[in-house]
Amino acid sequence: MGVLLFELALTCYFAATLISFTELFKESKTTAKIALLSAISGFTIHTINILYRYITAGHIPITNPHEATSFFAWCVVFIYFILQFRYKISLLSSFVMPIVFLLMLSSSMLSREIKPLTPMLQSYWLGIHTVFAFLGNAAFALAFGIGSMYLVQERYVKTKRLGSLFERLPSLQTLDEINYRLITIGFPLLTLAIITGALWAETAWGSYWNWDPRETWSLITWFIYAIILHARLVAGWRGKRAALLSMIGFLTIIIAFFGVKLLKKGLHVFL
Amino acid sequence: MKVFVVGLNHKIADVDVREKLAFQGDKLAEGLMRFRELPGIQEAMILSTCNRVELYANIQDTQQASDSVMAFLSAFHNINRSSLDRSLYIYDDSEAAKHVFRVAASLDSMVIGEPQILGQLKDAFELALSKKTTGILLNKLMKKAISVAKRVRTETKIAENAVSISFAAVELAKKIFTDLSRRVFMLLGAGEMAELAAKHLIGNGVREVLVSNRTFDRACDLAKEFKGRPVKFEDFILEMVRTDIMICSTGAPHYILTKNQMQKVMKERKQRQVFIIDISVPRNIDPEINDLENVYLYNVDDLQGVVNSNMFERQKEAEKAEKIIAEELETFLRWQASLDSVPTIIALREKAEEIRKEELDKLFSKIQDMGEKEKEAIEYMATAIMNKLIHPPTAALKGDTENKEMLVAAIRRLYGINGEKSEE
Repeated sequence: MGVLLFELALTCYFAATLISFTELFKESKTTAKIALLSAISGFTIHTINILYRYITAGHIPITNPHEATSFFAWCVVFIYFILQFRYKISLLSSFVMPIVFLLMLSSSMLSREIKPLTPMLQSYWLGIHTVFAFLGNAAFALAFGIGSMYLVQERYVKTKRLGSLFERLPSLQTLDEINYRLITIGFPLLTLAIITGALWAETAWGSYWNWDPRETWSLITWFIYAIILHARLVAGWRGKRAALLSMIGFLTIIIAFFGVKLLKKGLHVFL
Repeated sequence: MKVFVVGLNHKIADVDVREKLAFQGDKLAEGLMRFRELPGIQEAMILSTCNRVELYANIQDTQQASDSVMAFLSAFHNINRSSLDRSLYIYDDSEAAKHVFRVAASLDSMVIGEPQILGQLKDAFELALSKKTTGILLNKLMKKAISVAKRVRTETKIAENAVSISFAAVELAKKIFTDLSRRVFMLLGAGEMAELAAKHLIGNGVREVLVSNRTFDRACDLAKEFKGRPVKFEDFILEMVRTDIMICSTGAPHYILTKNQMQKVMKERKQRQVFIIDISVPRNIDPEINDLENVYLYNVDDLQGVVNSNMFERQKEAEKAEKIIAEELETFLRWQASLDSVPTIIALREKAEEIRKEELDKLFSKIQDMGEKEKEAIEYMATAIMNKLIHPPTAALKGDTENKEMLVAAIRRLYGINGEKSEE
């Protein structure tokens, strides 16, 4: 049944992606509603799927690459909904649902087997560390989506050729502020994830920091977002620069997440 | 019975001609009453705006109606008759109805999609109603025209997007800033276009207005007008640090704000977005400022470019509107045809015939032992009653009365003859 639920959620997200994609070409309130509804159904089924796995496995289901990627996608949709209901940003789903779909698609291609937990993973740190890490990553994913919206709108206004999305995209300042807010949410979460990870590493391996590839990459992303926040406060780096940097930040996360996994090296092998 | 339109608009007549033909103030009611009294005119209405003068009527014969209307216009406005013939358009029947729909939907306007024309048409209709110069045909036509205009407004994007420079400036400001009511606005210099754009921006609610001018007195005057604060011309660059939106229109022959100066300003204001509109010719702001991050500089040509592309969008939407109008015209013409007397006479007879047959069948099936002779006599009597009952309305429909369509409508209603699909 877990498999079925997962495929269903994947299908719903795929539908939401396709429908919100058509929204880019033709404005329609009905399609926007249908896209949101498919996303909501996908999210509901996805939540049940995660709970189901939790009950069958008896522990937090973020212990293999399939589960981790799936949970990552779940967090992105979760933050997307908060943002959507708080700010009512039209076209946001067109920029975010593809990310969700791609994450789910890669998750679907990874092994779904539930293996018995290695002793090292049997720790309360598992839940705390992973939830912080993925909620943070999800906030950065949204910042990526908002950042790309900013670049489109900024291009229109700068080149003085107001394209077809000009009317529907929010104002530059709105996008810039939401982007900033997402990073101020994502950054402390990432920091907490690194700290809890270090504490966990100390109990598991006897040392806080081991320079395994995932740790190194997290540190790189942490620095990128630290630079974004610092430069904004001190030098007023905002707008296009901030949008671009937040996109680069998220790309590093993706490289770290999938790249490290492909190399199959380091201590984070299970993820 | 058919719709008739005589008139002229901005496309075929210059303002001096339009002025001469306009019905202004009291002249409108007076002209309307006289127009209604003309031979061959059964219903009348006059629309007179600065871009068009149009007379609508219900007529029988186009030639007769045009002759009497031309004569009337030339007498009423004291214009040479032959010059009138050249400068007016005349439509009748479906062409006329279509024209009215296009006018109402603002497809015939100077700025396609502008909303005022519908209000003006409604006012003209109100006046005609209060003077009782319209009847069944024009009333239906106007109600339909108003509903067509509303349909066009909601189903197409014909009225969206700014089509004037000052509205384009406001539209852009709203896409740069989240909330105009928290922004500081500066007017640098003066001038008709700059002041108009400033008025629109301030009308959208900015937090603070600054006004600067080479002559400080002028700045004070304008500041009073816009409820703002005057700023000395030497200080305007200092104030740029706080200013989010600026409209510039000074007579300076050179750049008064260079890229270097603006770079410093941007550093001071921590790179917060700035929107600068340079209306002056020659330009007063170094165009290279637009290359700076978070600075958006538009000159008159840039704004005109935005307006032109919006105009083009409206043209595309107008094509959709034409389709809606064609649809609605068809239902209107179908309704009009139902008011014709001949089909009504036939329908009336068919209805009576149907009742007669039904009642005879009922009677004959109840009383089985009736002879052929009795049956014939009863049938004969039923036919005679039917004929006598429908003779007066038939004669009235065939006769020549002034308000025949009223009669047709009344008879259709009284006898329950359906033809007109009920709407609204």
